[in-house]
Formats: sequence, structure tokens, C-alpha cells
Amino acid sequence: MSYMLETNNLGISFGGLKAVQDVNLKIEKNCLYGLIGPNGAGKTTLFNMLTGVYKPTTGSFSLDGENLTGLSQETINHKGIARTFQNIRLFNNMSVIRNVLVGLHNQPDFKCNPFVSMIHAKRHYENESNMRNRAKELLRIFDLEEERNNLACNLPYGKQRKLEIARALATNPKLLLLDEPAAGMNPQETAELMDTIRFIRDEFDLTVLLIEHDMSLVSGICDEITVLNFGTVLDHGSTRSVLANPEVIKAYLGD
Amino acid sequence: MTYFGYVKNDFKFKHIVNYVIVGAALILFTVLQLVGAIPRSTSYLLTQISYSIILSVSLNLVVGFLGELSLGHAGFMCAGAYIGCYFGGILSEYIGSKLLVLIISMLIGGIVAAVFGLIVGLPALRLKGDYLAIVTLAFGEIVRNLCKNVPWFGKSLGLSTKTYGVKLFIVGFAVILIMLILLQNLIRSKHGRAITAIRDNEIAARAMGINVTYYKLFVFVFSAFFAGVAGVLYGNYATPVLYSFFSYNYSIEILVMVVLGGMGNITGSIISATLITIANFILTTKLSGDLAAIKNLVYALILMVVVIFNNAPALQSFKEKFSFAALNDRLMEKKRAKNPEKFAADIRNDSAQWSRIPTKISMDEILSTDVVSNEGIRDEGDKPSAK
Repeated sequence: MSYMLETNNLGISFGGLKAVQDVNLKIEKNCLYGLIGPNGAGKTTLFNMLTGVYKPTTGSFSLDGENLTGLSQETINHKGIARTFQNIRLFNNMSVIRNVLVGLHNQPDFKCNPFVSMIHAKRHYENESNMRNRAKELLRIFDLEEERNNLACNLPYGKQRKLEIARALATNPKLLLLDEPAAGMNPQETAELMDTIRFIRDEFDLTVLLIEHDMSLVSGICDEITVLNFGTVLDHGSTRSVLANPEVIKAYLGD
Repeated sequence: MTYFGYVKNDFKFKHIVNYVIVGAALILFTVLQLVGAIPRSTSYLLTQISYSIILSVSLNLVVGFLGELSLGHAGFMCAGAYIGCYFGGILSEYIGSKLLVLIISMLIGGIVAAVFGLIVGLPALRLKGDYLAIVTLAFGEIVRNLCKNVPWFGKSLGLSTKTYGVKLFIVGFAVILIMLILLQNLIRSKHGRAITAIRDNEIAARAMGINVTYYKLFVFVFSAFFAGVAGVLYGNYATPVLYSFFSYNYSIEILVMVVLGGMGNITGSIISATLITIANFILTTKLSGDLAAIKNLVYALILMVVVIFNNAPALQSFKEKFSFAALNDRLMEKKRAKNPEKFAADIRNDSAQWSRIPTKISMDEILSTDVVSNEGIRDEGDKPSAK
């Protein structure tokens, strides 16, 4: 059986500090997979390795059977891994719809040579209106269509998070990495977000790996979870069994 | 800066203003030239203005839209001027038409400068902010001294060129128009969107799969091409072409035009390039002899006064009320009030969203463009050390 994401002893050290070591994840296709752990456990570092921000010092990872270790961020995105950021990184000086349009930039349907754009040939206009329609469809899913001409930095926090997911989806990924998608959301927004994540998983045929501290979200939607502590895997398995593990509770709450 | 929930200043036709300004100037001065109403000195001033505008607008693409500080623009101009004019001199023996020779030598100069842009860009664009500025600064000096020491280019006596004559500015303004069409179309396309995305947040742009190196290089080469073209224009205006003209001071002067006009503001670059060139011209002609020593002092004072007044609250509020964008805003608001369905503020052409490009980045901010990205890396841990 081939896995969507498979990591083999993935690890990274900064100088003498082993930030993450020996992580073996096996995520099946269409799975909603959770990654939890106390602060500083290395969750975001793991995301950064999977998206090419950091080059792993040990081990390897593969997407859908294809080894992606050591590739650049751009290439990894083209191969099908998209992400959102823990500290929101939208293009703040752009309107909401333009943020999504940037995400659509590399889609094969919208290829357009810079020199064609320079003379604003007919192809350029067709391309732009097609991109715009696709972007509006994506925004509609996240209920952002009305705000499409607002500046991204003027959106409320929860909507900025949603916009980041929409923008990541625009790159047409196979695997979506969500870094604390519910941070800064109230319980009602979190509940809506859970529905949205499930919906996009089915609609776009995605596999989702998410980092989250909100246990109601994790236990609500994740099929499986992995717990990281001090850069190593503490436990992994189905959500129910992992959350009942006394070791995990100890890592979170202390003795 | 929202306005009834919409982006304020959703001015769709800002690029057209630039075409109108330059096109009107081109037609007006061409007609005046043909009736013989322009004195020789004014036509030379117009030539100076035309190549200054080309330089400042092309540098604005790098500094304002891409957000990288380049201090080597005079270097690209130098490469274009020397090599374009050298080949122009050879070609003029075979081709009778002066205009054709000028156009071919402009293309040669531009392409040579673009190749230089590629050579510098490949290693230099791994750097950011101050470091890129230092490398481009050094590059400018290297090119200048290289040209000084090439035997065919007349060494320190300079390369003597055939001047084109008083009608050169007409060609210059035509080149500006062509450059504006290409540059503004590029900015208003998906590629322009990618370029501004890189400026806004490079890490996010990379994560969205945008090939940052490709776009940085593209912008660098594009702007170097037009710097080379401007160099050939300069070479056809001034003889001999002296290496000392292309010193880093001139690079800084181009940067001053860009900063004064506003980062990412093309109309501003056009206007400030014009005004600074005129100020320079007047100072040079009026302050001759012993007074020449205070030229730099007066020039600096003028710059300081302009910067202070440009940021004065009174002028700012005046601009907000009476700029083209504000007038358009008011018009759109009225139309919206009458017919909210039809004018639902759908910005069809917002690809570059000109108005949102921050126009008042202080020098401080330009010189520390890497701070933003460093912070980004810092809050996610340090880079892994090389083994």
C-alpha cells in the first residue's frame, strides 16, 4: 500500500541541537492527520522541512511515492504540497482576490509567457478572466466572496486564516499542511472551520496534515494523530487511543 | 484605508495618465521642434530629461515593485553607452540613415546591458537588502573602470561619438512611451502580481510556488536593458562619453529620483526625474565660474525642502482631495449611489493595484529590506548550519 506522505527517520539539527529526529509518518490518502505536541516540540520545524524551508539533515520524505527530500520550496509546491503559516503570511497590501490569484499563478491552465503579458495579447485577457472566475469559486467556499476587494490586512483574524487556506488550495495541492488553522478563532468559528476542512478534503480529494492545539478540533476531525515531544515521536495511532495515553497527557500537563 | 468597505483609490486608469503625460509631451515638443520654436539648449535639456525618465522608471521596477535595492544602475547605463555607441560608430559607415543607426545601437546597447544584468543578477540575487546594494554598487564601479581601460574606447579621454543632433529627444520620448507600454502591461499582468507578491512577503510567495529567482532575474534584466538604452541616448547626446559620468553618484541620483517620486509610483518617477533634471540643468547653467562650488549645496537644499514639503500634512490632504484617483473615487461613489448593482466596485484591472503600493517608504525601510525576512526566519528557528 502506498502512502500519500511517508517520512523515513526525518530529522534536522541546528548546530548541536537536534530539533526533530527520527520522525516516521505514514499518512494514507484522504486522511485527516493531526500533529500535536507541547510548544517547542518541533511541529512547525517538521512542516518547514516538508515544504523545503529547511533541508533535512537526516532521513527523507516522499509524496505519493516520489522522493522530495532537499528540493526547493517552489518545486515542492509544484509537486503538490501547500501550506499555511502559524503566523499569518498573507500579501497584506493586496486585495483578497489577488492573494488567491497569486496562488493560481502556476496552474497549467493559466500559463502565460511574460512577453505575451507585456503586449497584453488576447490570451492575457482570457487568462485573467479565467483566473478571476476560479479565484471567486475558491473564495465562495470560504465565504469570502463578498470581501474580495478588501485589503487582506483589513480582514478579521479568522477570515485571514481562511484566506490563507483558500490561497494554499489555489495551488492545487495533493497534501495540505495547516499550521494551527483554528488559532484566534472562537468556538463557533472553529466548528465552522471543521466542516470546511472536511468539505475541502472531499471536494478537492485532499490529504490534510494539521497542527493544532485546540483539542476539540483535533478530536473532532482527525482520523489519526501523532504526538511530538522534544523533537521525537511520543505516540501515534488513532485519535481516541492516543489522547487516552497517559504519557501524552503527562507531556501536555506535566506531572 | 478602506472606503465604505472597498479599497480606496481603486483607480483603474492610473497607467493611462502616464501614457497621456508622455504622449502629450512627445507631440507638443515634436511640433514645436518642427516649427523651430525650441532653442538648442532646451532641446538638449529635453534629451537629458528623456534619458533620466527612462533610468528612473526602469529603476523603479527593481526598487519599487520588486523591493530590492540596486545601486548599480549607472553601471548598466555605462555598459550600454560605451558598447552601443562604439557599434553605432562602426555602423554609421555602412548605413546612411542616422535614425536607423541610432535604433540599432540602442538595441545593441540594451542587449549588452541586459547580459550584464544577467551576469550580475545570477550571483547577486541570492543576496538581499544592504548586501545586494553593496554588490551592485561594486559592479557599477567595475564596469566603469573596465570601460575606461578598454583600448578601443579611448581610455581616459573618453569614447568620441557622433551626436545625433537636436532631434534626439523625440526618439527619447518615443522610447519612454514604448518602455511604459511594456513595463505597465507587465506590472498589470499575473507576472506583475507575482513580482509584487515577492516584495510583500517573499516566504509566502515561495510557498505559493512562485519562482522567486526567475522573477528577480527577469526584473533585473528588464530594467538593465532600458538602462542600456538610456546609455546609448546619452552617448548620442554627449561626446565624448566619459567614464567619470557613470560614477556611483549618478546611481544615487537615479535612486533619489525614484524615492522622491514614490516607490512603485511610475507617474511620480516621471515627474521627479523631470524636475530634478531641470533643477540640475538650471543650477549648472546659472552657477558658473566661482559659484559652481555651491551647486551641490543648493541642490542638496532643494532636495531637503522637497522631501520635507512632500510629506507636509497640508500637501498630503490636498493630494488626497485633488489627485486623479480621488476624483475618480468621487465619481465612482456617485455612480455607486445611483446604481449599486452595476458599479459594485469590482476592480477588473487591479492586477497591480497601483494605489496600494506603499509610496512613502522611508530610506530607512529600503536599506533594511532584509529585516523583514530575517524576522521571518528567526521566529521559526535558525537556519541549519552547514555540515
